Amino acid sequence: MREELHLILGGEAGQGLDTVAGLLGKAVVRSGRHLLTVQHVMSRVRGGHNNFRMRLASRPVQGPPDTFDLLAAMSRESVDLHRERLAEGAVILVDGGWDMAPEPGLIGVPFAELAARPVFRNVALMGVLGAMLGIEADILRELVADNFRAKGDQIVSSNLDVLAASMRWAADNTPSLPLPGEGDSVTRLAMDGNQALVLGALAAGVRFCGYYPMSPATSIAEGLAQVAVDMGVVVEQAEDEIAAANMALGASFGGARSIVPTSGGGFALMTEAVSLAGVMEMPVVFAVAQRPGPATGLATRTEQADLELVLRAGHGEFHRAILAPADVADCFHLTHKAFDLAEKSQGPVFILSDQYLASAVRSVEPFDLGSLPSVAEPDLSDADPDGYHRYDWSAPVSPRRIPGHGKSLVLADCHEHDEQGHIIEAADIRVRMQDKRLAKMDVLQAEVLPPVFTGEDESDLLLVGWGSSGEVLREVAGILQGRGVKAASLCFTQVWPLAPETFLQRLHAAECVVAVEGNSTAQFARLLRETTGFHIANSVLRYDGRALTAGYVLERLAPILEAL
Amino acid sequence: MIDSKIYGEHVTAWCPGCGNHDVLLALKDALARQDLEPHRFAVVSGIGQAAKIVHYVRGNGFNGLHGRALPPAQALKLVNPELKVVVESGDGCSYGEGGNHLLAAIRRNLDITLIVHNNQIYGLTKGQASPTTMTGHVTKNNPLGVFDQPFNPVAVAVAMRASFVARSFSGFKEHAAATIVAAMQHKGFSLVDMHSPCISFNKVNTFAWYKSRCKEVSHDPANWDEAMKTAMVFGEEIPIGVIYREQRPSKETLLPQCRDGAMYRRPVDMDKVAAHMLSYA
Ligand SMILES: Cc1ncc(C[n+]2csc(CCOP(=O)(O)OP(=O)(O)O)c2C)c(N)n1
Ligand code: SF4
Repeated sequence: MREELHLILGGEAGQGLDTVAGLLGKAVVRSGRHLLTVQHVMSRVRGGHNNFRMRLASRPVQGPPDTFDLLAAMSRESVDLHRERLAEGAVILVDGGWDMAPEPGLIGVPFAELAARPVFRNVALMGVLGAMLGIEADILRELVADNFRAKGDQIVSSNLDVLAASMRWAADNTPSLPLPGEGDSVTRLAMDGNQALVLGALAAGVRFCGYYPMSPATSIAEGLAQVAVDMGVVVEQAEDEIAAANMALGASFGGARSIVPTSGGGFALMTEAVSLAGVMEMPVVFAVAQRPGPATGLATRTEQADLELVLRAGHGEFHRAILAPADVADCFHLTHKAFDLAEKSQGPVFILSDQYLASAVRSVEPFDLGSLPSVAEPDLSDADPDGYHRYDWSAPVSPRRIPGHGKSLVLADCHEHDEQGHIIEAADIRVRMQDKRLAKMDVLQAEVLPPVFTGEDESDLLLVGWGSSGEVLREVAGILQGRGVKAASLCFTQVWPLAPETFLQRLHAAECVVAVEGNSTAQFARLLRETTGFHIANSVLRYDGRALTAGYVLERLAPILEAL
Repeated sequence: MIDSKIYGEHVTAWCPGCGNHDVLLALKDALARQDLEPHRFAVVSGIGQAAKIVHYVRGNGFNGLHGRALPPAQALKLVNPELKVVVESGDGCSYGEGGNHLLAAIRRNLDITLIVHNNQIYGLTKGQASPTTMTGHVTKNNPLGVFDQPFNPVAVAVAMRASFVARSFSGFKEHAAATIVAAMQHKGFSLVDMHSPCISFNKVNTFAWYKSRCKEVSHDPANWDEAMKTAMVFGEEIPIGVIYREQRPSKETLLPQCRDGAMYRRPVDMDKVAAHMLSYA
């Protein structure tokens, strides 16, 4: 039995491959295995070529797969497109009706017989794959029944018949590719980064989400909208991003924890509100899921190129924190933390993720909700309402009260203002107010997440990454260590502010440092240099719209390793 | 009725004689007539001379960005339906920079009141044409006179079936205050296009100009056809009063999650979060 299996499902948009990948992924996780499903979809609703890459394993997996043991092709194009990436002895499932020349590993599935109508083909494929992977029939049946329940008993039973027939056919006609079992049944979740982000926001008590649809952030708003009534959240699809972000500030003024999901193109429009949050000292969380630019770029692909945009967005000088989750669990925990940090610092906090992380489905342990720290609250005391000043400057963070709660009057202002929030132009008050706001850096600094280091203290090769590139680095470092290289990784899940005392030593101690990023100019390496003076001369960069993989990084590290 | 002194006396940055002073008095009067204590309402604005009014009324206030008064005001109402929310802005702010937000606000029909101090000019930036400046009006930036057709906010709002559309003139103090009260009492989005002269930069649409033209409407505001006809009249005669009114539920009353009052008071229900999380198993 193998420890790991890589699957690729290819076909046209509109064929229901996402349903197969979703249900099969869930089945894999329910059967106790680990999962990573990466989607490659085109920016179109029908046609074109999409694929879902699944990495299944009996132990936790990190980055996306490079080669595949099984290709399930729902369109002929798919066979040619992915042939080069198939591993030795790979199985290729095609439609038996395609009349293809026989070759080793090629299996024609009689879809016309197994699925009376084309709409059943995805369930037929699921039956075949489920049987090959040795997933218990009960798990598959339950998932299929749940998935079609809303469509009525008739549809459920037809789909279950297709599933059973397909599994029977596969048992007789395909090789089996099972993974080692987990033994005892463990509960794991199958979710993508955006779903975990939504959960983190809910756990932090999010009450308002303002958004304007843009891939790959839309599913955050959709996820919140699904549970909005039950969880008590207002999700407003605004007329544009400018409105969405300004709404979030209005909601925050009203005491509602607010989130604004968007991507680079939408965020570009929101920068005026970022600046407004800065001067108003308004807590707000922006979730920026990056995709390639400039401008509309590649709408459904991934990149890590908006760090500098998010870092500098907004005019004038004010502080912010930028959290960059590396994996699904981080999406949950860092979102929860972002709300706390936004309230503690009374300003904008960013979650900077990307399309890969946002949409890749992973197996993950349920989050420990009981041990979550509490999220900071506004001041609900209403003590001495007449003496209350929103921008009391005796401390960098003034008590923030909520309009309508008690008799205290709250004034939020976009101009430079005095302690009460009234417009001023006096030089001395301006300086004092600006100093007060800048002093909030201490609040942010006190909470900075140090980067995660893996490997030996004195490494020959130190790989530095941030956000979703982090986990690929860990995998690469592990592979290199297995080959006898003294490799280590340093992964940043907070990219601003930085606390050099938590990592600078590591950079100096390594023989060779390589930055690995999903952009074309090594933005994070530049930021590290600007902040610490440390220059990372080598980099492995990916900006073809695809996620970094271990194979991609290893190939480009080869010349660097040779020179070591 | 409470004393309008409770809303404070502030030194303003407006020119002596500016129509904004009258709008401020009308607003305070309207608030007092409704017995609204300062902590029960919030005034939200954008940028411009009109928008400064937030700083001249004792109450809760949100002075946001140019053109962006409506988005935060609507969100505030959604997360705290208990607060009375009044938006004050200029014609440049609401009909120019924030035009898209006005259209969306009409469609959303949240229970808020938008009072546009319409002086048909940009006051704060010293005299450029605004969307309501009349064709032919010579301004600093239009030495040949404005070529563009003026925007008719009342007609647009009626055409979109905004649930309350009124026009008033700040020079008629009682009319202005009564119109604001009617707008605030209306359950749903209300627009008050408040003509309010800029004595420094608009030498065409002066107090006297409005005074001789503004006439109370006589049609039934529930009659959309009549309202539309009236809305198209602007020039030699300027109809003032409630132009169109229609009762339909405001959005915050339709959203179940808004029915329990202010949202900030709700504790996080971790059991529900847990149940939602386990739906991914
Ligand atoms: C984003 C932005 N653009 C431009 C300005 C400059 N600005 C300030 S007020 C104003 C126009 C004011 O006109 P109006 O809204 O009619 O208000 P009034 O001053 O006449 O009351 C402009 C363009 C600004 N503050 N912000
Ligand atoms: S410039 Fe015009 S709008 Fe501004 S205060 Fe003076 S008169 Fe009023």
